[in-house]
Amino acid sequence: MKIDVNQNTMILAIETSCDETAAAVVENGTVIRSNAVATQIDIHRRFGGVVPEVASRHHVDQITVVCEEAMNKSGLEWKDLDAIAVTQGPGLIGALLVGVNGAKALAYAHDLPLVPVHHITGHIYANRFVHELKFPLIALVVSGGHTELVYMKEHGSYEVIGTTRDDAAGEAFDKVARTLGLPYPGGPEIDHLAKEGAPVIDFPRAWLEEGSLDFSFSGLKSAVINYIHNEKQRGHELNPADIAASFQQSVSDVLVKKTMIAAERVHAKQILVAGGVSANSKIRSEIEKAASTRGIPLIIPPLSLCTDNAAMIAASGTIGFLKGMRADLSLNGKANLSIEDF
Amino acid sequence: MNVLAIDSSNLVMGVAVTTGRKVLGELTTNSRKNHSERLMPAIAQILNAVGLKPADLDRIVVAEGPGSYTGLRIGTTIAKMMAWTLKKELVGVSSLEVVAQNGRGFDGYIAPFFDARRGQVFAGLYENKGREIVRTAPDQLLMIKDWITELRKLDKPVLFLSNDMEKWCDLLCSESYATLGESTQNVPRAAELARIGAQKEPVSDIHHFLPVYLRLAEAEAKWLAKQER
Repeated sequence: MKIDVNQNTMILAIETSCDETAAAVVENGTVIRSNAVATQIDIHRRFGGVVPEVASRHHVDQITVVCEEAMNKSGLEWKDLDAIAVTQGPGLIGALLVGVNGAKALAYAHDLPLVPVHHITGHIYANRFVHELKFPLIALVVSGGHTELVYMKEHGSYEVIGTTRDDAAGEAFDKVARTLGLPYPGGPEIDHLAKEGAPVIDFPRAWLEEGSLDFSFSGLKSAVINYIHNEKQRGHELNPADIAASFQQSVSDVLVKKTMIAAERVHAKQILVAGGVSANSKIRSEIEKAASTRGIPLIIPPLSLCTDNAAMIAASGTIGFLKGMRADLSLNGKANLSIEDF
Repeated sequence: MNVLAIDSSNLVMGVAVTTGRKVLGELTTNSRKNHSERLMPAIAQILNAVGLKPADLDRIVVAEGPGSYTGLRIGTTIAKMMAWTLKKELVGVSSLEVVAQNGRGFDGYIAPFFDARRGQVFAGLYENKGREIVRTAPDQLLMIKDWITELRKLDKPVLFLSNDMEKWCDLLCSESYATLGESTQNVPRAAELARIGAQKEPVSDIHHFLPVYLRLAEAEAKWLAKQER
């Protein structure tokens, strides 16, 4: 369905799928009026990862706080809004429920339409704050929970043409970081450490069968863990910086190559990168190089919009709103929501 | 004063609307636990049925726990969000105190409890004082066997009220001091929640109003235990 994406809209969105409680107001799907985020990274660090029950409890503590900040900074009143958008999934179910029920209460209290949003489409639409999207396009979505190649032929249309068969790329980063004794979250730590090393260790790259756009990172993760174990047994001194750099190179090679194959296959007019792992400096620079060699325009959101936030949910929610997507008050969170249902 | 009461702390889901001393409407289910899907529609339905709009409310009262963590979060989040955005008063009431109201007139102690798994219960102790039912001991989490032993020492009749009675029936029936609540007494009533909530002081900080879980998240408890070692 073709929609006019240039209509005037004002959307408040709420995002609570993991460990950030966030609310934002976005105008016309492209202008951030406000973007409030209460992160729980410090709270979960001592557990070495996100604890769902702890995350859910903190969301209840912050949900009205971020909404108030988002509304105050937007300079708007409730009557100025066109809709409330909310992340319905995927994510931690207990965490999602706080945002979904909070959004339903707001929609009911102010008699506003409610628009459900798929979290990953939010990450993709974070790119629309940088540049208008041009179709067809390929989006590489990489985060702690996702590694997907999404084909979009138009606004609000999503087809997954490649996905991970085991671990998400971000998960591999976290696990390797933990093995190296780095603090949580592991992604930025590996990125940082890798800059002091070189990719001298030849870790495996899972290309899978010919022509496949799927990913697999569990073999790589095991290879890194085995390498560390074997080196220790032989009494060799480990070089964590080289290990980090080599691991990162291996992930980056696969992500970049498969994204380029996908883009060429569908004659993409744009390549988008989205999700927390797109903050990784190696992956950013390698994919930039590869896209520019092929002459395909590449968009990567600024670092601040790569991690979970509600502005991106509002941006995707704007498209959903214009497409006529509506939820009623029985909307429920869904931990394993499929992007192709949207 | 128009009051909306919300209880989604356990299997029972209840909403009620009262004005002054009059109960305008009440809706209760005691069969399915899909509160995340049904609570907000139930609120819209009851307000619509009694002819009130959200803005007509003066106060929102929520059963704050103890109970199911997820259930508490659903009720608390909706109550907080409505109170904050509509600029209304918010009151939290113990979920056990709501059940205790069903022991009105009982000569002795009223002991509401919720099953808390692993042999534990969330338990409260209340008694009739004049027209009111007052709390005798703070709500607590403990082994049901320890709770029974403690109550036995009180040497007075005790009325047990619980929607989870069946699970502990054998244990309780053998106690000579124990009376077990009827099915209708075991189900908390949202109209009672509204009535008690109308008399309490509203919370001063809606933003940081939280459920009363009475138990730490498991990871947190383990982390704390590790620090003490």
